[in-house]
Amino acid sequence: MTTSVTPPVAEERAAPGRARARRSDRARQEARLGWWLAGPAFVVMLAVTLYPILQAMYDSLFRYRLTAPEERQFIGLSNYGVVLVDPIFWRDLWVTVLITIITVVIELVLGFALAMVMHRAIRGLRGALRTAILVPYGIITVVSAFAWFYAFDITSGYVNHWFDWVPGISENLNWFASQGTSLFVIIASEVWKTTPFISLLLLAGLAQVPGDMEEAAKVDGATPWQVLWRVILPNMKAAIMVAVLFRALDAFRIFDNVFIMTNGANGTEVLSLLAYRTSIGRLEIGLGSAVSVLLFLCVILICFAAIKLFKVDLTSARGE
Amino acid sequence: MAAALAAGVSACAAEAGPPTLTWYINPDAGGQARLAQTCTEQANGAYKIETVLLPRDASSQREQLARRLAAKDSSIDLMSLDPPFIPELAEPGFLAPMPDDVAKKTTEGVVQGAIDGASWNGELVTVPFWANTQLLWYRKSVAEAAGLDMSKPVTWQQLIDAAQSQDKLLAVQGQKDESLTVWINALVSSAGGQIITNPEAPAQDIKLGLESEAGRQAAQIIGEIGNSGVGGPGLPTEDEPTSLTIFQGEDGSFMVNWPFVWSSTVTAVEDGSVDKAVLDDFGWTTYPLTAEGGEVTPPYGGINIGVGAFSDHPDLAYQAAECIVTPEHQAEYFVSDGNPAAASQAYEDPKVQEAYPMYDVIRESLDKAVPRPQTPFYNEVTSGLQEKWFPPASVNPDTTPEESTQFITAVLRGERLL
Repeated sequence: MTTSVTPPVAEERAAPGRARARRSDRARQEARLGWWLAGPAFVVMLAVTLYPILQAMYDSLFRYRLTAPEERQFIGLSNYGVVLVDPIFWRDLWVTVLITIITVVIELVLGFALAMVMHRAIRGLRGALRTAILVPYGIITVVSAFAWFYAFDITSGYVNHWFDWVPGISENLNWFASQGTSLFVIIASEVWKTTPFISLLLLAGLAQVPGDMEEAAKVDGATPWQVLWRVILPNMKAAIMVAVLFRALDAFRIFDNVFIMTNGANGTEVLSLLAYRTSIGRLEIGLGSAVSVLLFLCVILICFAAIKLFKVDLTSARGE
Repeated sequence: MAAALAAGVSACAAEAGPPTLTWYINPDAGGQARLAQTCTEQANGAYKIETVLLPRDASSQREQLARRLAAKDSSIDLMSLDPPFIPELAEPGFLAPMPDDVAKKTTEGVVQGAIDGASWNGELVTVPFWANTQLLWYRKSVAEAAGLDMSKPVTWQQLIDAAQSQDKLLAVQGQKDESLTVWINALVSSAGGQIITNPEAPAQDIKLGLESEAGRQAAQIIGEIGNSGVGGPGLPTEDEPTSLTIFQGEDGSFMVNWPFVWSSTVTAVEDGSVDKAVLDDFGWTTYPLTAEGGEVTPPYGGINIGVGAFSDHPDLAYQAAECIVTPEHQAEYFVSDGNPAAASQAYEDPKVQEAYPMYDVIRESLDKAVPRPQTPFYNEVTSGLQEKWFPPASVNPDTTPEESTQFITAVLRGERLL
């Protein structure tokens, strides 16, 4: 990018070999400056991210209970063996994946619709509209989880009173007494809370779609549907990928909503809750670390899958 | 220069003051903070007690204390401990050894259940403070209409039948938390059984007593309440306060619950949120029997005072604990916060008798109360029970005791996740 905008100087035209050498000097200096600028952040990242991950990997090789420090014993990969053959782990993984897929799909559709509304809204309304849409995202997750819990709770909730005309809902419906209804409330609260986030990311992507391409498509006789599928969405691929990736990772690490509403009862436990209960509740540091490491590997897997699936090279934006 | 010197002198003066003891308390109506203040004043400058609030539920309190003690946190001088979690903290030496004279003074005239709950391996490791127990609460009008004689111990089956005959709800704690274990333990004990037959054994050798007639009877009652609808649709999410709300409502009939329900309802009547006629209709007696001819074995709860092993002032902390648990202070705390005293003498206090007309039933209950299994692996046992005995409608006398035994045994051996 820098080469295309920098006007070629006389020496470069005269001696291209020397010019390349000078450019690489400059590139090296830029790289060095980059390291100096990013270095402190890099060190901090290593300290707060890499160190705990390595510590968890190390701890996962031990049978180690916090209240029996004397009995700590190296057992290799046995903890992983226990976790990977346990039906509770697979049930929790399945619930986590289910919540992730359903919330991401719903949020993507809803978020895109909201982004379109915000994008097309008349100028005077844009600010108010964006603020209104963002309100749920501004609420602390634990607070929203409690709000949803109390709304649906059979004793204190109002949902059963308001919606008893809907088939299947009655005064006696205990939403948190079975897996299906519990997951419905958990997923609904998650969607309500984080759709604004995804719509904001998609709005940024919409703003980058060149207007003249849309104009050209319309002039060529494309229907609005064709403009959406052939022009707008392909040009937003990077924004969609970022939105899906961020939300998928976020949804996969869901904790607060489940912890507050059911605490994992009725088969609604997710992987992060299992890791928490094993490490913090049971104080089984070794076994809990093994669950955490497996959770971390799942997150890495999601990152790779998203990047491969969308075939987007984010570095291409820098012209490299 | 002079200012710096003055600042230095004042800093030294501050350090030279009485040592500050930190007391980690469970949430209450402010009674423990008041006792801290009272004992600070009575110490005449020997120490000062400051309170730090622990989380609301017992398992979160245990988590925080265990984590801090495992990290050798010297800030824990005193702590309010739920009895089932005491062995787990005593076993690795997280509790400071109790001087003999303190043990003697703080157990004089204390109900036996509270002394048992404060001990581990036959040795007193914490100071009994207050001792809780559940009663059977009933609506006099419903019991009368159903023809139940509440002057004698009644069985769970009688309660189920009576509530059903009057088209009312039986209020029990069916939520997936510690209250479910409290219920299971009381049912198994009343039928003459035990959840763990050798609680002091190491994890691998622990034997459960659920695969027995007592375990089967307990499962039969929970399953019937879950399946018959007599527990109401809210049963799988019902905790102690929710039980009280149901009991106070139009569908209320019988309820097993802690004595706090009395002071709560008195306050609610004063606030105008509950009708006085409801309070007048309250009756109470000892906990129901699992089957005719069984034992009255009410649940035992409460709070004991532990002294942290890493405290800088364990002697002063034990002095402070002695002050906190005097019978006078226990009576005062009972009246103000609704938590029954561990010392029998406290029940002679006229203020206690006036505030809690059922004081005698509480004392009698405490004498018969049976604690939950005392083992360093209690958390595994209770979580395992909650996993397999929940929701109540899924409990089957033919399969649940066996399944839960296998599951908990595998967890204790490190072969299963929980």
